[in-house]
Amino acid sequence: MIKASKFWKILEEKGYNFFSGVPCSILETVYHELATKSYITYIPAVRENVALGIASGACLMGRKSGILMQNSGLGNIVNTLTSFNLIYKIPVLMFITWRGHMGKDAPEHIVMGKKTLKLLKNIGIPTVILDQDPDREISWAIDQAQKKNIPVGVIIKKGVIR
Amino acid sequence: MKRIEAIKIISRHIKEKDMVFSTTGMISREFCDIKDRNGNFYLLGSMGLTSSVGLGAALCSRRKVFILEGDGSALMDMGTIATIGVQKPKNLTHIVLDNESYDSTGGQPTLSGKVKFEKIAIACEYKHAARVTTKEQLEKSLNSFLKKNGPNFILVKITGKSSKSVQRVKLTPAELSKRFALFGQRS
Repeated sequence: MIKASKFWKILEEKGYNFFSGVPCSILETVYHELATKSYITYIPAVRENVALGIASGACLMGRKSGILMQNSGLGNIVNTLTSFNLIYKIPVLMFITWRGHMGKDAPEHIVMGKKTLKLLKNIGIPTVILDQDPDREISWAIDQAQKKNIPVGVIIKKGVIR
Repeated sequence: MKRIEAIKIISRHIKEKDMVFSTTGMISREFCDIKDRNGNFYLLGSMGLTSSVGLGAALCSRRKVFILEGDGSALMDMGTIATIGVQKPKNLTHIVLDNESYDSTGGQPTLSGKVKFEKIAIACEYKHAARVTTKEQLEKSLNSFLKKNGPNFILVKITGKSSKSVQRVKLTPAELSKRFALFGQRS
């Protein structure tokens, strides 16, 4: 488990200060904490692909950028990843919540809950699940993104960020 | 006015340090053919995404940013118009070249003949918006808007089919990113 303030601190220390996204209830405390961070630019997006586009534009300008989203929006970014970020080599960090994890959730989350990791793997996006050692896990994601110059998914289960 | 004529006029208003994001299909190909430069970023795929990427860049720079897309692309992600209007980047000019069709895929009709984009832009709080049908009107709008704080929106009604002889963009996507990042990040 990790506190939302620590989550942002890790990213701040790594120079990540430009984010876009579409909210998820799992990230409620993350958003709450974000509101207190004036050094972070956050652009609310209408859809996940728009968030990824905005963060990618910032990345082209030299900013370290990321998006926040729910796994139900993964379908909205598949084309953006395959026909844009992966081939243009634009390494945006993607913080994706995992609704439907272990099949325990509202019915609309069950199918994507089962397929979330496989879907990302199938299109060639490296992922890490935020778990015991958030500092190390986020650092791994950043390292992979910068080494391979592609987006990396950090998967966030309910209750991991307090 | 033909698309190529509109692109030529717009090209003449692009200054050395300006950044231009152009959409998938014939628009990027014709624009690349007329005025390729390091500050041009062509999105070869990801229809609808040009305005999002342009917005992200505009929010991180003081330079002028142009978004150049078609009506099909603008319709695909209309929510970005709301996002731009609310963020209000002063340095952004959003141009939609509207031929009311998906020209790159054989000319199938879009919905844009009945959609008043310029009114949507103003309703979403762009600072200035115009609908132009002639070369003179396009010149006039660009001359006027580029002196003012944006975001600006210009809907350019165009006619005629594209010339299929225009070459594809030769640089690879990764080369386009590298070239553009070097241009954009240089002060």
